[in-house]
Amino acid sequence: MTALEVAESHIVASPIGDHAALPASPPLHRALGLTDHELDEIRARLGRDPNDLELAMFSVMWSEHCSYKSSRALLRNLPTAGTDVVAGPGENAGVVRIGDGLAVAFKLESHNHPSAVEPYQGAATGVGGILRDIFTMGARPIAVLDALKFGDPSTSRTRHLVRGIVRGVGGYGNCVGVPTVGGELVFDPSYEQNPLVNVMAIGILEERHLTLARAPGPGNLVVLFGSTTGRDGIGGASVLASATFGEGSAAKRPTVQVGDPFAEKLLIEASLELIEAGLLEGLQDLGAAGITCAASESADRAGTGITVDLDAIPRREEGMAPFEVMISESQERMLATVRPDRLDAVVAVCRRWGLPAAVIGRVTDDGAVTVVEGGLDGEGRPLAAARVLARIPTSALTSDAIMYEREGRPPVRSRPAPAPGVPVSAQDGLPERGMDPGAVLLALLGDPNVASRAWVTTQYDATVGTDTVAGSGSGAAVLRIKGTTKALVAATDANARVGALDPYLGAVIAVAECSRNVALTGARPLGVTNCLNFGDPERPEAFWQLQEAVRGLGDACLALGLPITGGNVSLYNESAAGGSIAPTTQVGVVGLLDDVASRVGPGFQAPGDIVGLLGDTAPGLAGSIYAEHAGTAPDDRLAEVDLVREADLQRFLISAAAARSLRSARDLSSGGLAVALAKSCLTGDVGADVQILVAAPPAVELFGEGPSRVLISVDPARWDEVAAGAARQGIPLRRLGEVGGERLRIRLSGEGATGAAEERGATVADDVDESLVVLRHAWDAGLPRALGEEA
Amino acid sequence: MKAGVVVFPGSNCDRDALHAIGLAGAEPVALWHEDADLHGAEIVILPGGFAYGDYLRAGVLARFSPIMGAIRDHAARGGLVLGICNGFQVLAEAGLVPGALLRNASMRFEHRWVRLTVERRDTPFTNLVPPGMTLRLPVAHGEGCFTLPDREMATLEARSGVLFRYAQPEGNPNGSERDIAGVLNARENVCGLMPHPERASEEILGSDDGLLLLRSLVESAAASRQPAVGAAA
Repeated sequence: MTALEVAESHIVASPIGDHAALPASPPLHRALGLTDHELDEIRARLGRDPNDLELAMFSVMWSEHCSYKSSRALLRNLPTAGTDVVAGPGENAGVVRIGDGLAVAFKLESHNHPSAVEPYQGAATGVGGILRDIFTMGARPIAVLDALKFGDPSTSRTRHLVRGIVRGVGGYGNCVGVPTVGGELVFDPSYEQNPLVNVMAIGILEERHLTLARAPGPGNLVVLFGSTTGRDGIGGASVLASATFGEGSAAKRPTVQVGDPFAEKLLIEASLELIEAGLLEGLQDLGAAGITCAASESADRAGTGITVDLDAIPRREEGMAPFEVMISESQERMLATVRPDRLDAVVAVCRRWGLPAAVIGRVTDDGAVTVVEGGLDGEGRPLAAARVLARIPTSALTSDAIMYEREGRPPVRSRPAPAPGVPVSAQDGLPERGMDPGAVLLALLGDPNVASRAWVTTQYDATVGTDTVAGSGSGAAVLRIKGTTKALVAATDANARVGALDPYLGAVIAVAECSRNVALTGARPLGVTNCLNFGDPERPEAFWQLQEAVRGLGDACLALGLPITGGNVSLYNESAAGGSIAPTTQVGVVGLLDDVASRVGPGFQAPGDIVGLLGDTAPGLAGSIYAEHAGTAPDDRLAEVDLVREADLQRFLISAAAARSLRSARDLSSGGLAVALAKSCLTGDVGADVQILVAAPPAVELFGEGPSRVLISVDPARWDEVAAGAARQGIPLRRLGEVGGERLRIRLSGEGATGAAEERGATVADDVDESLVVLRHAWDAGLPRALGEEA
Repeated sequence: MKAGVVVFPGSNCDRDALHAIGLAGAEPVALWHEDADLHGAEIVILPGGFAYGDYLRAGVLARFSPIMGAIRDHAARGGLVLGICNGFQVLAEAGLVPGALLRNASMRFEHRWVRLTVERRDTPFTNLVPPGMTLRLPVAHGEGCFTLPDREMATLEARSGVLFRYAQPEGNPNGSERDIAGVLNARENVCGLMPHPERASEEILGSDDGLLLLRSLVESAAASRQPAVGAAA
């Protein structure tokens, strides 16, 4: 018997005071995922025993997913202040002012476990959920970015997950008409059992339409509109998202919600019309824990209470038990607080969009969520014959929910491997000794973690909305704002390979890389959203990883002057065999570009332009893609991050873009300098000829990875100006060569270069000298080949 | 000059089409699917999206909307109608243009930039396109594979009813027969095409080739000046 079936068989609608004896074995609270200690805490808050319905409501609201009980204490220390921040953590999405009376709403959220169980619906409803967080605030969604993490691309399980999840993201986003403009696709053995689906959404609103998820004004009506309520997704939050996977995950399929993007599209239009007409006092979407969560959170935030009229909730099936109605996670539903005199107008808008709307309760002043069966009178009081099925102080379900100070302990053995699952051995065949750098470059360009993402991105509509100036494959997406000269720029990044070695550094690098990707276009980063994907917080080692990542996130955001405006925590990401995923701090950054015409792109432009490298951080091989191919040597190390230099670099990029002195700019990330050069050639469809002085083994210089380095190309007439500007700001700039031709040529000179070649008896260093056609073939073919999807 | 853009439940390119037809010089008007009145629109655009969710088959339900009666009358009077993507599917289901649009040959949704040859420049949809110019527009659809029984295909080709074909280097994105991307009805006042001209109407978005089609439409309508029934203006 599953936990759900146990729960279902024991929950009967017992009115308060009627404490039918709880079954001796197993006790209901445990079947619902609550511990004995938590049951005691519930008793303390209620001053009595909870009945079965109340216990069910607590079990979902006190789940890790809804309560953040393991992470809340850590997250408090994150920097959230910013002069332009209109709404921060705790709201459905962060909102930042962008001038002209406009604001941007954005948030990143996970849908990992549902996607592991049912990839299409899990991913689709992940998109639907994050979109609702955006338009609930009065913002029209304008873009989605998806960060997907999988295991080995050659296994049938991974391929099944990739196909389903990509189709799910596309199926939902394409239908609601919100473009998917960027994201990440990463393969790492640690995600084999537990893929990650993190979705970021962005919306634009007029600041005067900002709507909060509050239920103010006792006497106001609580209106549920959108889809009807069914049995789908019952316990999704508590059962799926708040525990590790064991055997028999398939049995959890009924806990996955089912998405209807058509209904969502209607919901977007109806919600925005209601908000723009000023008809709502507050609006909350229904996600995890359904009506229970929406009602208790919006009442708690407003300092009110809500009485729910259970019979008034429109259902899609007969015979649903009260607990099923109260915790159902049926998708595409909204809970609005409406003044009685505006009800008719609200219902008329919903009807126009073909959406059912029903008054399902009243705002009260008693600070409690009360569930009533048998009807309410005109004043919102239970009718004489009605029964009160549950009454819980709103704070007990939300702001005063249980919280843990978990124990964190660093791992006894620090993991020297570049990534979990990769053998630790300094192989004699390390390509740096006698390698053919061209062959290595082709291998890295075709690596599924580096190769072109076109197989995925062609399945996503990226141009609907007619705002997309730059989409996937650009480092950061650029979306113009109609009616202004401005554009929003967005990126999402994580570095799991570094995170696996050092979760603090992994988080710092993610923030630095993501904000750098935004700054590369010339945009000023406005704020950060994040999704913390970690293992079982009850394991000290996994909790230590979370602690370290949060510390890194905070330090990096503080140093770069970026407020954290919201985020999400996903724990219990572990495989059935044990062992958590690589600690994954997924970061999302949104920036503002004042003049979209000054945007800098990543591709080389004109023959004759000078190629330069900004920044001189010494790259490292540990945690690099190269190391994944070649194995690691004991002296391989992680590159360090200097956040002061990073901030200087970003400031320089923004000012250089505004002065229109850069032709292109690209971040050096996976695969290092050589891969960045190749990608800039491929994006611009033009070759380059560069010379690199190498003092150490050339693998480090060519393929080593490290932060705060940017490849630029500059009109020769502007080079001196750029060089002087970089020098003024103390940013090292090296001239590497020129754009031009139809080949990428990287000539190596210096001690390191000859050393490598001499070993093979060659008298000169090997050059990289590859035609664009060959490079493009490696880059285009890599992903479909890895997934067995060649045309 | 009013240009109406139909809003079906599930349309998601309606706002884009309203914006772009405004850039082309028309006064944009949203036409609600339940309203059997064109409100003085001399051009009607059926936009892309997923009308009624497209759960049954793309476009199949939308053709029963009250607005479709008004559009049929408008077309019968010689008024100009353009169906884009899902709008093309609706026109095909309604029998206002020939053909049917099946699942893409790849069996996947396909979003990409394509190149089109313009087969004729003597139509109200293409008369501003310079000779020899190919158009660069995006496609974004799951069901865009154009098909027609052989005999009807021969008729279509014989009357030069094919207006756009997918061209190299990007080629045919969906497996359409004879690389057909857009067609005309026999009277040559109704056009359906899968690629999105409204998404390629500004240089900043990567191409403004689509604006040539929309401007052709607006200027042709102005030149022929078809007064619409129920015109309030």
